[in-house]
Amino acid sequence: MLHTINKSPFEKDSLTTCLRYAEDGASILFIEDAVYACTKGTEFEKIIQDHQENIKFYVLGPDLEARGLDNSNLTNSIEIVDYKGFVKLVADNEKTQNWL
Amino acid sequence: MEEQELESGKIRKFIYVNRKAPHGTIYAHEALEVVLIAAAFEQDVSLAFIDDGVYQLKKGQNTDGIATKNFSKTFGALDMYDVEKLYVEKESLDARGLSEEDLSVDVEILPASDLKKLFNESEVFFNF
Repeated sequence: MLHTINKSPFEKDSLTTCLRYAEDGASILFIEDAVYACTKGTEFEKIIQDHQENIKFYVLGPDLEARGLDNSNLTNSIEIVDYKGFVKLVADNEKTQNWL
Repeated sequence: MEEQELESGKIRKFIYVNRKAPHGTIYAHEALEVVLIAAAFEQDVSLAFIDDGVYQLKKGQNTDGIATKNFSKTFGALDMYDVEKLYVEKESLDARGLSEEDLSVDVEILPASDLKKLFNESEVFFNF
């Protein structure tokens, strides 16, 4: 299962709710304002680290660049994907759930 | 008549409170447009950035990949409109792992307790 999140974690609790529902082996892709959830030095760094054993995290590169962020700002082991990678994730997973 | 009133009108203290991240919604971009209008009427303009609003000032934004206008560059041109009072809340920066070096323009970083005083002294509020 692929989960996508597009809201800032500081504004909405989509990430928290998504993590409550995501099962082991799931993938979570951060897009749009949700990319801020991937940044170091925030309360979300630890939340993501605590789930990395069971869940694979991805972030959309163009949305990072638009916000002045790059690999150096990210919590470790989050994979940056481009639009093709986004499509591949959707294709590789039987189902996609969007947390708005 | 109206023009005369504007010309002789009192200069008011305008405060723009920016609390939204850029790009995900239109708020940040629209706020900037409205700031420029007030500046054109030679009002006393201050901008405050709190919560996700601090992300508007993050250095190195490049919107080529999402095909939208990179309005973050406009912040660097605000001084040409005599808009020079930009305040950023320290608590919001800290919560986001950001510091002054991460910002694209010169700002004054203040704790919420000081920003509160600025709000108390302001006369006209625009909240985005």
